[in-house]
Amino acid sequence: MSKLRPLPATGFIPERDLDKTPILEAHHLGINFGGLNAVKEFNLVIGRTEIAGLIGPNGAGKTTVFNLLTKVYQPTKGTILLDGRNTSGMTISQVCRMGIARTFQNIRLFKDMTVLENVLVGLHNEIDYRLAGAIFRIPAYWRAERIARERALELLSIFNMEGMANIKAGSLPYGAQRRLEIVRALATNPSIMLLDEPAAGMNPSETGELMENIRKIRDTFKIAILLIEHDMNLVMGICEGIVVLNYGQIIAKGTPEEIKNNPAVIEAYLGKKEAR
Amino acid sequence: MAKRRIPTPVSYAINLVLIALLLVVGNIVISSGITSRAQNSLFLQVGIYIILAVSLNVVTGYLGQLPLGHAGFMAVGAYTGALVWKATASMPAPVSIVLGLLVAGIVSAIFGIIIGIPALRLKGDYLAIVTLGFGEIIRVCIINLPEITGGTPGLLNIPKHSTFTLVYVCVVLTCVVIHMMMKSRHGRAILSIRDNEIAAESCGISTTYYKVMAFSVSAFFAGIAGALFAGNQGSLFPNAFDFMASINILVMVVLGGMGSMIGSVIAATVLTSLPLVLQVFSKYRMIIYSLMLIIVMIFKPSGLMGTYDFSLRNLLEKLTGHISKKREAGTNE
Ligand SMILES: Nc1ncnc2c1ncn2[C@@H]1O[C@H](COP(=O)(O)OP(=O)(O)OP(=O)(O)O)[C@@H](O)[C@H]1O
Ligand SMILES: [Mg+2]
Repeated sequence: MSKLRPLPATGFIPERDLDKTPILEAHHLGINFGGLNAVKEFNLVIGRTEIAGLIGPNGAGKTTVFNLLTKVYQPTKGTILLDGRNTSGMTISQVCRMGIARTFQNIRLFKDMTVLENVLVGLHNEIDYRLAGAIFRIPAYWRAERIARERALELLSIFNMEGMANIKAGSLPYGAQRRLEIVRALATNPSIMLLDEPAAGMNPSETGELMENIRKIRDTFKIAILLIEHDMNLVMGICEGIVVLNYGQIIAKGTPEEIKNNPAVIEAYLGKKEAR
Repeated sequence: MAKRRIPTPVSYAINLVLIALLLVVGNIVISSGITSRAQNSLFLQVGIYIILAVSLNVVTGYLGQLPLGHAGFMAVGAYTGALVWKATASMPAPVSIVLGLLVAGIVSAIFGIIIGIPALRLKGDYLAIVTLGFGEIIRVCIINLPEITGGTPGLLNIPKHSTFTLVYVCVVLTCVVIHMMMKSRHGRAILSIRDNEIAAESCGISTTYYKVMAFSVSAFFAGIAGALFAGNQGSLFPNAFDFMASINILVMVVLGGMGSMIGSVIAATVLTSLPLVLQVFSKYRMIIYSLMLIIVMIFKPSGLMGTYDFSLRNLLEKLTGHISKKREAGTNE
């Protein structure tokens, strides 16, 4: 049997009631790289259907926070709760199966595979036949593969990428690669998605479209999204809550309005930009 | 023009017919007496090296790791198969043959798992060194257990079970099973690890599990090739499984193109038959190997076939596509 749940019709935006119960909690998170405290005392709670932003100047430790949450690095301090469950000692793939998916700042696609195959790898744990079933090509294999293909195309259609299904991922334009990473992350059926600079390298119109799509994904899939982004229009435009990081420490938390007017943030981050 | 797909059952049937045809032709050639004894033995040798290269390609080409101990798995399979065949000589031949091959494959796969779990935590050069060590340990163990393995003087009087049909069937099964595995979620997982390990893991793929899976499938077929080798030679000597034997197989995979099954098949066929065709080849084998490797690495670093996957179906579709296109063009004029 396939575990795949039917996909909500695209473009369908239900009247949302924000679910504030936490899906992801980080308490006193910290990591030390041979003396450098890249992240310290990081506390964060994200609600089930929240879009949150993580911002800060270059080298502030934002990507490191993602790497801690997804277990690329094991934290030296603190705890992470995913849907109330402690993830200490777990591997990257284990926390992914628990419902945390991510994209990468330096794009990590499977370049030698097609766009479709990239999404199928994301669907890996949603497809359930065994090796023997695949070798003997039992009916369950054909069915699962067909359903997975349909689902993959459906997910690609969010970004109008069905037409690119058979192109090698490595030969896609930059913006499309970033979108494909989001689709692949979405394919793992996450309850929270971490996006590391999803708009990097995109032009303003692409960024605007991306903004709409991120909101659409949240609305249709009812998942939480935490994103790192330098594009202030995007962050201020779609995030309900924002966390500002500087030198590995949180210097401010709040709504976009509060962050815009926070003197510490202006000094550390926006101030620097104005000075340029 | 929409591309016309050949239905899967039809494509399977065409492949099956061609495979059967080749088997019949091969048997006719061998029984007709056109070929010498040595040439017949060479046919088997070619088949055995195809299995070895195709199985090594799973780890080297698809998984993207570099083990240097494939001959170790071949040795495990060769001695296991030979001993099982000797012990079950009183059983009906088909039972004994299948039993020997299966046990050889399974024991070799178990070695693959035992070596794989610790070794696959290592990367690149370290994995190469550990697997190289494994191959040598196996050889030294064989030398030092003369009561079981015959030691340096060799294990003699092994039933010569390896016929053309048996080797051919094993080659086909190896290629089919590995092909079916690679065209499944398991195969995609293995390929994704080669492409980007962190991304694969972030997709919820347990990379250790799939690495060990690839490693043990590879070892399983190497074990079967080993047993066929024993059944072809009739005697086994530990020196046949030294470090150079592993390198030979690796050269086939690299020359053929890492990640291309058809490349492995072609390279194994050419490199195994060359010594018989060219007498000088065996004398200067190592020099020619190195030269070939250097030339291929300079002009086509991805190997002769790159990662090209041969598919009769795609080829036929292309051909029929061309023909119908020509016909359309003809009617338009
Ligand atoms: N594996 C590592 N070993 C040592 N230092 C590291 C490691 N990873 C990150 N760092 C350091 O931690 C700090 C934070 O890096 P990080 O990549 O998290 O910054 P960032 O906020 O994502 O910056 P950017 O906006 O440029 O992406 C940097 O000083 C970086 O050099
Ligand atoms: Mg970063």
